[in-house]
Amino acid sequence: MMNAAVINPELQAPAARASAVETFRYDNRIVRAFAIATVVWGLVGMSAGLLLAVELFFPGANLDWQFVTFGRLRPVHTNAVVFAFVGNGMFTGIYYSLQRLCKARMFSDKLSWLNFWGWNAIIVAAAITLPMGLTTSKEYAELEWPIKIAIGVVWVAFTINLLGTIVQRREKHIYVAIWFYIATALTVAILHIVNGLEVPVSLWKGYSIYAGVQDALVQWWYGHNAVAFFLTTPYLGLMYYYLPKAANRPIFSYRLSIIHFWALIFIYIWAGPHHLLYTALPDWAQSLGMVFSIMLVAPSWGGMLNGLLTLRGAWDKVRQDPVLKFMVGAVTAYGMATLEGPTLAIKTVNSLSHYTDWTIAHVHTAALGWNGLLTFSVLYWLFPRLYRTQLWSTRLANYHFWIALLGMTFYVIPMYISGITEGMMWKQFSEDGFLQYPNFLQTVQQIIPFYQLRAIGGSLYILGVWLMAYNLWRTARAGQFAPEEEVRAASYRSQAGAPQDAAFTHRWLESKPILLTGLALIAVLIGGLIEIIPMIVIKENVPTISSVRPYTGLELLGRDIYIREGCVGCHSQMIRPFRSETERYGEYSKAGEFVYDHPFLWGSKRTGPDLQRIGGKYPDAWHYNHLDDPRATSPVSIMPRYPWLFTQKLDTTSLPARISALRRVGVPYPAGYESKAPKELEQQAAKVVGNLAAGLIKAPPDREIIAVIAYLQRLGTDIKAAPPAAASPATGPRAIK
Amino acid sequence: MIVIFLLIPLSIVTAAVFLMGFIWAVRSGQYEDTCTPSLRSLMDDNGSKQNEKANE
Repeated sequence: MMNAAVINPELQAPAARASAVETFRYDNRIVRAFAIATVVWGLVGMSAGLLLAVELFFPGANLDWQFVTFGRLRPVHTNAVVFAFVGNGMFTGIYYSLQRLCKARMFSDKLSWLNFWGWNAIIVAAAITLPMGLTTSKEYAELEWPIKIAIGVVWVAFTINLLGTIVQRREKHIYVAIWFYIATALTVAILHIVNGLEVPVSLWKGYSIYAGVQDALVQWWYGHNAVAFFLTTPYLGLMYYYLPKAANRPIFSYRLSIIHFWALIFIYIWAGPHHLLYTALPDWAQSLGMVFSIMLVAPSWGGMLNGLLTLRGAWDKVRQDPVLKFMVGAVTAYGMATLEGPTLAIKTVNSLSHYTDWTIAHVHTAALGWNGLLTFSVLYWLFPRLYRTQLWSTRLANYHFWIALLGMTFYVIPMYISGITEGMMWKQFSEDGFLQYPNFLQTVQQIIPFYQLRAIGGSLYILGVWLMAYNLWRTARAGQFAPEEEVRAASYRSQAGAPQDAAFTHRWLESKPILLTGLALIAVLIGGLIEIIPMIVIKENVPTISSVRPYTGLELLGRDIYIREGCVGCHSQMIRPFRSETERYGEYSKAGEFVYDHPFLWGSKRTGPDLQRIGGKYPDAWHYNHLDDPRATSPVSIMPRYPWLFTQKLDTTSLPARISALRRVGVPYPAGYESKAPKELEQQAAKVVGNLAAGLIKAPPDREIIAVIAYLQRLGTDIKAAPPAAASPATGPRAIK
Repeated sequence: MIVIFLLIPLSIVTAAVFLMGFIWAVRSGQYEDTCTPSLRSLMDDNGSKQNEKANE
């Protein structure tokens, strides 16, 4: 390329131009590495999901082992399927298709392998730290700050590799799939950085710089777009490459694919607040999220139809070819999920569906259907090509398809039934105007059979993946791996129209000084925003409810244990302003109550009841017994036991570091509180021990359970307290009486 | 909620970057031909021989 670049091809004789053919090699090793990782992590992530599913109807399934409780294992499952399975799947598909679409080898082999080993090392780190309870508790962003930084580095390596390859391409036209890849790389980087901002306490603990409502908004701006730009756009890119390839016919409408791309990325980023409907988020932000979510149906369905219509006249091929079967399944699931998503984003629907298993059904339609089936189709298509042979067994692949479909059905339908059942039971009033099912456990008992069915569905789906793993392994053994593929293609500059194009970007920018200034301004603005905004954000956290105070030392440690155990996975702390919820849980949640919550713990699922107003509802002894054995106090509860809270000593050494870190993100602990806090902590612990003694329980004061009880008893009680006297400053935790 | 003043500009800037990409694509003639790109992506460079078996 360099040699050709020096000479302007326009000046050369046409004969010389035509001869500018270059020989190069595609890197298949990196594709194979990612493909194998995809299969392995797929099995790991889905098996973790199955264990979770079992724990929901058989709470003893963790064998009272703290590392695999539902709360700690849930982020392992979600991270493994999203970032490990789909992540590696995405890289597999991109590294193969990008080279061929660009007619160029990957920009840098070193970056390719940094991408592979870095990404998979991060996943291993996640698989170790999450069961240990090292988590931020922010969904799909649970990994603590050192791992977050590593993600940033690896992602930048990937982005440079991607853009570098595009710059070095020998094909003038940038195929639509590549646009989807670019959008993925750029947007995920921004989302990850903004949502990940933390102030570290120690190597494995940090506090989100945002609090309460702000943290919630940033989290779901990230969370929704993680779905959009990690699970959707890269896979749409894969669809636009592999579906036409597998069907051996061009995409139905290339023009539609271009419209699909641009419409999708311009709308997607605004839809996040639909995760926070009827919460303490301001109403206008909720409505904005809802409107954009509904608009998303149009581009999504455009893309789905484009995929399905590509197969018009080729449906006979679908009958025989498992690759196409999986693709049809995937694209159909994409269509279903993208119609359902906007439906769930309508406030009225959401008032029923939110916090229920309906959400679980929705995400699994998308994950098992769209991401899962598309990954399988790509792998089935790729392996024979990487190994220069045929698929070992088409029959087995066809079985896999039907087993996967059956598994999805058994997963999704029970979850719909369970979700709608829960939603309606929670809202049901009797004729006398009381809650029909005032005991939350009644609603839990009702849905247990559906949890069991769901586990059967999940097992079937995993069985399918094992069949695929075996089939691919046999395919690999039968064939001969081609690590490098030699190709010849005309150099970029020898192609008509290319020279103008290559110089275009810069010439165009240089001819527009105003535009250039504008762009520079935007760049500076971004930097400035990142510097300035945290300060403003903190300043705004002055309580609007004057009786709301920061947590005491003991409560803070209790809260961090609550985070460690992943309680937020099953318990929300957000009472929506519906009569059914205020009757059941108490006063609805107000934005001002969360100003010291770093991170927010609103949750998005109520497998158990909301805990926002749990403080003072039961005596300390009840919590003590409940956490030791939930079924002792609540007969059919599906909550796991937490015996280790009673044996593990509370780590109070980190308390001063935690307090100063929180002060840095804006919690108004008075100066020197670090030195006073341990003493105060002992007093409060003694008080809890005293309360327990009143319940005939003899408990040592230095155990984790004491802190957890203190935190739970504090929850939601601040607004009931009298506002502080005018003379005393509205700072500092409430003194312990 | 003031954080929305971070998220909105950030989203707009992101969208602006993509808009630039779109303008570039249109002006550099990326979308003048909306027919052959879809056909060309189907042709493997010299893969026709190498992938013969897989395509069977």
